[in-house]
Amino acid sequence: MLRYLARRLLVAIPTLLAISFIIFAVLDLAPGDPTGNLPLTIPAEVREQVRRSLGADDPFLIKYAKWARQFFVYEPISLFENATGLALPGKENRLRILSWQTRSPVSDLIVQRLPQTLWVVGLAYLLGIVIAIPVGVYSAYRQYSVFDQIGTLVSMIGFSVPTFFTGLLAIIIFSVQLKWLPSIYDTTLVVRDWPSFVQQVKQMIMPVTVLAFFNASQLSRFMRSTMLDNLHQDYARTARSKGLKESVVVLQHVLRNSLIPVVTLIALGIPGVFTGAIITEQIFRVNGLGDLLIRGIYNSDIPLVQTITFMFAVLIVFFNILADVAYGFLDPRIRYD
Amino acid sequence: MKFVRTTTLVVGLLALMGASLAQQGRDGTVTLLYWQAVSILNPYLSGGTKDIYGSSIVLEPLARYAPDGSFIPYLATEIPTQENGGISDDLRSITWTLRDDVVWSDGTPFTSADVVFTGAYCMSDEAGCTARNFFSDIESIEATGDHAVTITFTVAKPFPYAAFVSAESPILQKAQFENCLGVRAQECAAENFGPIGTGPFMVSDFRPNDVVTYEANPLFREADKPAFQTVILKGGGDAASAARAVLETGEADWAWNLQVAPEVLARMEAAGIGQLTSSFGTSVERVLVNFTNVDASLGNDRGEYMGGDNPHPILSDLRVRQALSKAIDREILVEIGYGPTGATTCNIIPAPEIYASTANDDCLVQDIEEANRLLDEAGWERGADGVRAKDGRRFSLLFQTSTNAVRQDFQALIKEWWEELGVEVELRNIDAGVFFGNDPSSPDTYGKFWTDVQMFTSSAAGTDVESYANRWTCAEISGRANQWLGNNQHRWCNTDYDALRQELAQTVDIDARAELIKTLNDMLVQDVAVMPLVHRADVSARSNTLMGTHKQSWDSELWNIADWYRGQ
Repeated sequence: MLRYLARRLLVAIPTLLAISFIIFAVLDLAPGDPTGNLPLTIPAEVREQVRRSLGADDPFLIKYAKWARQFFVYEPISLFENATGLALPGKENRLRILSWQTRSPVSDLIVQRLPQTLWVVGLAYLLGIVIAIPVGVYSAYRQYSVFDQIGTLVSMIGFSVPTFFTGLLAIIIFSVQLKWLPSIYDTTLVVRDWPSFVQQVKQMIMPVTVLAFFNASQLSRFMRSTMLDNLHQDYARTARSKGLKESVVVLQHVLRNSLIPVVTLIALGIPGVFTGAIITEQIFRVNGLGDLLIRGIYNSDIPLVQTITFMFAVLIVFFNILADVAYGFLDPRIRYD
Repeated sequence: MKFVRTTTLVVGLLALMGASLAQQGRDGTVTLLYWQAVSILNPYLSGGTKDIYGSSIVLEPLARYAPDGSFIPYLATEIPTQENGGISDDLRSITWTLRDDVVWSDGTPFTSADVVFTGAYCMSDEAGCTARNFFSDIESIEATGDHAVTITFTVAKPFPYAAFVSAESPILQKAQFENCLGVRAQECAAENFGPIGTGPFMVSDFRPNDVVTYEANPLFREADKPAFQTVILKGGGDAASAARAVLETGEADWAWNLQVAPEVLARMEAAGIGQLTSSFGTSVERVLVNFTNVDASLGNDRGEYMGGDNPHPILSDLRVRQALSKAIDREILVEIGYGPTGATTCNIIPAPEIYASTANDDCLVQDIEEANRLLDEAGWERGADGVRAKDGRRFSLLFQTSTNAVRQDFQALIKEWWEELGVEVELRNIDAGVFFGNDPSSPDTYGKFWTDVQMFTSSAAGTDVESYANRWTCAEISGRANQWLGNNQHRWCNTDYDALRQELAQTVDIDARAELIKTLNDMLVQDVAVMPLVHRADVSARSNTLMGTHKQSWDSELWNIADWYRGQ
């Protein structure tokens, strides 16, 4: 098992290096200009100076080498320094990855955006799972019952209606008409007493519900179909014929086996939590990582986009390994040694 | 001892009374909503309107534009003119006298050293200062006293009010930015995110691209101002939802730049808790005509001016250009795209009032018949499929613009009108970041203009029409030599225009300047180098309870935030 893990991790290193190079190349080849969104009153020669000061006109390989050194060497050192409060020699010369638009270290921006993304998108993901599993199980167990029919209808609506529509609908109903919930998410709110906690809950209700609805719809369909596959397997019939109680058959035998692919799906979805939900974040002004990424793309903020995209790649590779390892624990038939 | 105690008591009481009379911060919090969030609070490193406005309530210039386009002294005691001796007779220097009663929000005094430093900061070539053109032709900036600064120019400057004037060129504190000169400018995140200023508010918390929180500056020179204690400038989302937050839910007091369909805004305004407020600057949505041949088969010479030897095969004929302009119904365009936030115009320089020409107003009426007649006269005859042709060449145009719902509507309408003339029109829209970008390797930039006509909005910086008029001179023609960065994207060249533009640079008298500017405008429009379509207003929304606002387009819309208050 450990050897398998070590091998996978070693293979991941060249994979990630290749990914980082490809992302960089794609971003560099894509048309776009960091000064493209400046007012047209700013003359071209000034734009030229701005681009030079950002290093946007450097040759591709030099830009990549700079970024790689900053990401793999300087940023970890800076993180270490910030965490421990120590200052290692050469601190002044270690230029961190600076976002072109804000001139702020990219990692600071990410750290600033993480809390609201984890709260809103993460909570929605959790809530989605908590809703989806029982709904999926029961729908499969009572296939074609009224519950199953309604569940199917609702989840069909859930994943065919986009969040920019459900989000807007929620705002029109609950903010504009009823005036119950705020449509603007306050990222500066600090929960320190009961009223501020209530306010935090209020501002999270709409984005979390909209996202959770979407997540639950997809996952519950998947849960239902894997349950259906397993319910008609021979081992389920054997368990029943042994005289086991129905709840034991369904919840212990069938559910456990059905969960194997679902767990993989959930694990592979976790990186998505960290990149945020671009559309939902924009609608409710949650301004998390998804918003950071999309604005970076709009403004050709290459260092920012490159760093976020690459971190996403790291997370995907990592959670892929994790899902494979989890298989080994969940499914006794799979052994890695 | 008793005396001391009494004195303390009296002083304390007086201070209390003073506080209750002064009432700074009496109205609590005001929330501003910018759908493009503020990225940085140093306007010299951004140039983006949102960032300039966001910093304008902290940093102040020597003088600002007033809503009528004139100047108001801010950190200077008066506006230098030739009459008051502030501008030298040879027009080569200007001397600003600074107020001596101003302190930075950290308590240190504001002096001429700060002004000189700010000049050096932006004029460093490595800094990448976006307001660099505000400091063009400057030979030196010198402190001629603790509260006097003299700027010397390399040429005579009839209009020397660019450096240190308006929200785009405010004063930075020397003590704070001293270590951020040149290449280091990029690395000063803390300074760029929390500039110390002299304005009514101070930055208390900044989250780039998300939200800025400001607190009232207790050392602000006008003791009873500002009325608000806290300003929250929240960013993100889109223009329509920003409008909704002010006009329908009342969650915010002010929303910026509402480029939303007019009927949607009108419906929101009907809720009755807020209203739209708009002002007209020099922004004009226009169609540019290409004067060079952009046929791909020309290879390297594609779109090159070549001293006039590479003319556009169709659009070089004035009658053709006139016909295309006459076919456009500008009133319909305004109605569909802008409603009350736009006005028809036939001028490329439509404001300020004194510069607006009235010589071209006949363009306001669509005249398809006349347009057809002009094309007939020019020798373009309709073929069997209805498309005109001449000498075996079809009258076919490629029309590009940036991706934007209103622009695509405009494209479709104009295509329809031109097709009525027997013109074949192909439309193309390009992502704004690419179209307005200057990537020399991209074929789709507005600077390369490798199509026959293109459409976008542009404007002068403030009221400085002189440098705006410069972009149509022959020297500004964009081409390979300047990496397609020239401002004359049309590749239109007229030596008479250039001569008049030169004359403008030597003219001081305001009326004579106005006449020259009108003539320059008329030359451009009457030669149909450009077809002005819509004079666009800047639109914001304010809550009915937010008073004292005075929106304008020449300076920051938050220019007078010190006077804002909460009322009924």
